[in-house]
Amino acid sequence: MIRALWLVFMKEVRENLRDRRTVFAALVMGPLLGPLVLGTMLSFMVERGGRDFDKPVSVEITGSERAPNLVQHIRSRGIAVVPAQWSEAQAQQRIRDRDARMVLSISPEYAQRLGAGEPAPLVLYVDVSNTDNQRYVARLRATLEEYSRRLASQRMILRGVDPLLFVPIVVQEFDVSTPTTRSVLALGMLSFFMLLALFSGGMYLAIDSTAGERERGTLEPLLTLPVRRSWLIYGKILATCAFMLLSLSLTTAAFFLRLRYVNLEQLGMSGRLDLRTAMGVVAVCLPLIPAAAALLTIIASFTRSYREAQAWLSFVMLLPTLPLAFVSVLNLVPSTALMAVPSLGQHFLIQALMRAEAVGPLALATSVLSSLTLGALLILVAGKLYRRESLLG
Amino acid sequence: MIRAEGLCKQFGKVAALDGVSFSAPDGRITGLLGPNGAGKSTTLRILYTILRADSGNAYVDEVSVADNARGARARLGVLPHGAGVYPQLTVRENIQYFGALHGLRRRECRARASEIIALLEIDEIADRRTKGFSQGQRLKTALARALVHRPRNVVLDEPTNGLDVLSVRKLRAILQRLREQGHCVLFSSHVMQDVAQLCDEVVVIAHGHVVAHGTPEALRERSGAGDFESAFVRLTGSEDQA
Repeated sequence: MIRALWLVFMKEVRENLRDRRTVFAALVMGPLLGPLVLGTMLSFMVERGGRDFDKPVSVEITGSERAPNLVQHIRSRGIAVVPAQWSEAQAQQRIRDRDARMVLSISPEYAQRLGAGEPAPLVLYVDVSNTDNQRYVARLRATLEEYSRRLASQRMILRGVDPLLFVPIVVQEFDVSTPTTRSVLALGMLSFFMLLALFSGGMYLAIDSTAGERERGTLEPLLTLPVRRSWLIYGKILATCAFMLLSLSLTTAAFFLRLRYVNLEQLGMSGRLDLRTAMGVVAVCLPLIPAAAALLTIIASFTRSYREAQAWLSFVMLLPTLPLAFVSVLNLVPSTALMAVPSLGQHFLIQALMRAEAVGPLALATSVLSSLTLGALLILVAGKLYRRESLLG
Repeated sequence: MIRAEGLCKQFGKVAALDGVSFSAPDGRITGLLGPNGAGKSTTLRILYTILRADSGNAYVDEVSVADNARGARARLGVLPHGAGVYPQLTVRENIQYFGALHGLRRRECRARASEIIALLEIDEIADRRTKGFSQGQRLKTALARALVHRPRNVVLDEPTNGLDVLSVRKLRAILQRLREQGHCVLFSSHVMQDVAQLCDEVVVIAHGHVVAHGTPEALRERSGAGDFESAFVRLTGSEDQA
């Protein structure tokens, strides 16, 4: 019977390697799509990050001659000042047309009110709906507030008041994130693409070996052979597993090759993209493969035609990504219980690998065992399905 | 030798078979004849164990299909109705796949495949992938596949469907050769000509029953009709319905 399993496996692999559609979906599409999308996204982020870093912040100031000290303070904080003479309408127009990021207008009464110890008005024109601008605006605001505080303390000292009275508490902020943990947000999509590649790698084979076989009229002759029906389906599931593994390995390889050309350091990420990590990523996904292959095979066996199977499986392929979406929406942290959820466990393990974090043996065992158990169950169900008389439909 | 004893099969409320019994001896070509929906395919499917009979049993070389389905399948070569082939495999690979699953060892399997390819005179297409094959080419591939393990008993469901005259003739020659070699050949058809020219024995099925069993000549005489077609119409009672 093991020989029958092997024969079916070899035939399915050989036949599907000759089928252009299957090869394209399993070995070209999956491995190319994810790395291209994610790689391009990261490249773009790096490029933009670098651009922002190089370009100095600049502000156009209307009426700069009215506040020489303020202008000098702004300059001293590394913000370039462009003197200008805009009316209110002109200033707004420049922001709207994106000719300028920020326009600061110093009103004519500024000097007089400052001298009188009254709040001196400044008008800042910005477009906060443009997320690009927010960090520039924040920087200018901080500079202006600093200047304001400095003036306030000078005034208090002149009036014989200790300025420290107005500083009841001091907050010190420590950013403990390491470069690798910061990268996880962007690399979180990695596991999504991995799982997708894994499933899409086996999709066409799962269809071809069940619904396709029935549609072509090869299932009935196959069932007249002196081989247990369940072993036939086990062989087919095994072939689907092989394609999934191949697709997963190729995708991982493509990812790591592509990300090498992204300057991750510049995003504040330390890229741990060596061969060991890549092999680790493939290894933690392995236990999910039997469950994935059996699931696709079972769904495809229920459908009546190739097209129907295709429609169903495109939908089913999104199943493993659902727990991932839940976790990111609910902001759940890895726990042993969550590790037991197939596909989620793999997601956490991939993230841990990319973050270079240690994973407890219990969590690892939970993920591996739950995925393998589910796989075994689904394979048995598939075997049972194939023993039904109504299989030929 | 194939023997059916009181086969009954119900699909929902429809009784497809209601006590079908007959036997198809070795060295004879037995034709299962009947109008559409008479239960020919259902009978054959029970014989090659795709379906289980609700009651009754069938025996292939005295192996019970109900108790030892795999044992019965091992003794059968089957050409199901509208049998397909694997489009991405060559004719030879299609044949060898089935031979191997029948338990033939690698060398024997190759030798048998070449032998059967020569027998069916399909050397020219033997190493081409079957994708885009004509109906006749596909049928020959499927037939070769069914015969690769030298089955003692050969079951064919509507083998002449969609074949041109030349192919039908060739098929007849092959079946006659199998008979000469002592095989038990059982095939179903609704084409009078095929049955009349080829069969040593005819089993006429209508409405899930066997309505007649005998040589073509005997059936014609029994029904008192001048030709085989009229005999068939009388035997199956189709005339009343028409």
